[in-house]
Amino acid sequence: MTTVTANHARHSARKVRKRGDRSPAASLALHLTLIITSVIAVFPVLWVLLTSLKPAKFASTTDFFKETTFENYTNLIKDTEFLSWFGNSVIVAGLSTVIGVFVSATTGYAVSRFRFPGKRGLMWTLLVTQMFPVAVLIVPIYNIMSTMGLLNQPAGLVITYLTISVPFCAWMMKGFFDTIPREIDESGQVDGLTPFGTFWRLILPLAKPGLAVTAFYSFITAWGEVAYASAFMVGDENLTLAGGLQKFVNQYGAQWGPMTAASVLIAIPAALVFLFAQKHLVTGMSAGAVKG
Amino acid sequence: MAVHTSQSVAKAAGDDVARGRSRGTGKSAPPSKLRRALSVHWYAWTMVAPVVLVIGVIIGYPLVRGIWLSLTDANERNVARSIGVNEMPATYEFVGLDNYADALTGNQFLGTLGWTLVWTVSCVTITFCLGMALANILNRRIVGRSAYRMALILPWAIPGFVSVFAWRFLYNENNGLLNKILGGAGIDGIPWLNDPTWAKFSVIAVNVWLGVPFMMVALLGGLQSIPAEQYEAAEMDGATAWQRFRHVTLPGLRPVSTTVVLLSTIWTFNMFPVIFLLTRGGPGEATQILVTQAYKFSFEISPRDFAQSSTWGVLILVLLMLFAMVYRRVLRTQGDNW
Repeated sequence: MTTVTANHARHSARKVRKRGDRSPAASLALHLTLIITSVIAVFPVLWVLLTSLKPAKFASTTDFFKETTFENYTNLIKDTEFLSWFGNSVIVAGLSTVIGVFVSATTGYAVSRFRFPGKRGLMWTLLVTQMFPVAVLIVPIYNIMSTMGLLNQPAGLVITYLTISVPFCAWMMKGFFDTIPREIDESGQVDGLTPFGTFWRLILPLAKPGLAVTAFYSFITAWGEVAYASAFMVGDENLTLAGGLQKFVNQYGAQWGPMTAASVLIAIPAALVFLFAQKHLVTGMSAGAVKG
Repeated sequence: MAVHTSQSVAKAAGDDVARGRSRGTGKSAPPSKLRRALSVHWYAWTMVAPVVLVIGVIIGYPLVRGIWLSLTDANERNVARSIGVNEMPATYEFVGLDNYADALTGNQFLGTLGWTLVWTVSCVTITFCLGMALANILNRRIVGRSAYRMALILPWAIPGFVSVFAWRFLYNENNGLLNKILGGAGIDGIPWLNDPTWAKFSVIAVNVWLGVPFMMVALLGGLQSIPAEQYEAAEMDGATAWQRFRHVTLPGLRPVSTTVVLLSTIWTFNMFPVIFLLTRGGPGEATQILVTQAYKFSFEISPRDFAQSSTWGVLILVLLMLFAMVYRRVLRTQGDNW
């Protein structure tokens, strides 16, 4: 009897609550889950940041703060090739981005707006190239770069990174162009613009957020690429950041001081831009992928 | 041919429409058909030309060469190379499908494939479930939602190789934070990266950590596109929270989840940096996945075995394409039309 009334009471209590309301216990459970997962998400990053501010000899202590100093950063910049790695990465990632976006924007538009023979095949190719493992292309590209004397040259990496960024950028740009109403194209044609004119004068300005996100995506991809960079670039001053960071941590030991400082310097700019762009990033990626 | 090209494109196309159809003799049909297509589609084709060029020259050609190399016995010693001023011609030979036979009958490929499958399936499953749970929590009205969201997205915002080194730092057997914490609690340190089983656990943990934010954000976007009326209607009908999740949320998320599962399966299968930077495939070959092993053949062992590396690369590609085809077919039989 008592259980029945209790059940009844709970039932009616649930009924009274509006959608989105919940019991304090449920709220507590949700917050606890979120706090724990947030800590797991943030902590490794935070720990590297804190370690980078400790003198190198204390790198493996568990104190959060110990003699806070910028020593690791000054040493990193003075004693290592970090700045040239950073420069190489900026050049490589910057050029791949500019060329990649430039090349893929028109394709994204054409695939979004026109029906033409070969469109299906092209869409398929763009999709399939996403699946290309680095292992299929790396040896042939390595041999080609080697015969052309492009190993150890930023140009070689830029060309290589186009194989990664162009298919994906075109795919994402299609998603963005799909969200721009076709009426705008039609009004352009009524005003006597050519398809190129419509694209250049009307659509491209509207697609600026999409261009920005695509550019950002290809920049980050090139910034964080490891396999090609490790295979193609040797010699201290030719490395990009991905290769450079490996110098500090190898099989034989680790210099956590410069490693953590370098990590922070590599991560902060990328993270800031990323947090700014991420909302559009998902829209673009899923739009392109879902409508494919 | 010269006569034809001297005509204007529009006129040629017009002629073709007027005559080609009614007569149907077909002798001049193929070129004029092409020309008509050109006149209609030339701008579309011009616009896609740069990408077609890029794909053809720097993806297509290397791909063909890679497939060719997989049919030879090419290695560092017999490919064309220049030593000083001397050009050495290539001396490798065509060996047919020998490399494939070796790979598919030997233990190494199948063993690595087995672990690669375990790695992919567990990473994708765990990442998807965690992402789904977090997206559902974040989709409710909850205090501090945007702060949680920012925190949870952070792993995605850090370049992958930086995060992987951060984890190596935490995993360090003697000085790493994880073992210090365990030590503080009186538990013996765990050889995170030096014991085959623990190393497998560790690489999966890091990859899940890296992958959850993308899943979460993508699914959150999907959740927000489900109309609230559907939930209200379900609630009117007396559906419990679980029933609403099963019959409204899951179907509503279908387009997004099928896509992210496909993408993340492909990405995880080919996830080079996590394995390469965390364990280099070790200890032994315990955590070596197909991609890192293929890389090892051509860049870490001596003499570099280009043929074997290419063979593994082609096999990876074939496996992924098969997977994508089966996946799409399954989706299609279930009524999705992409």
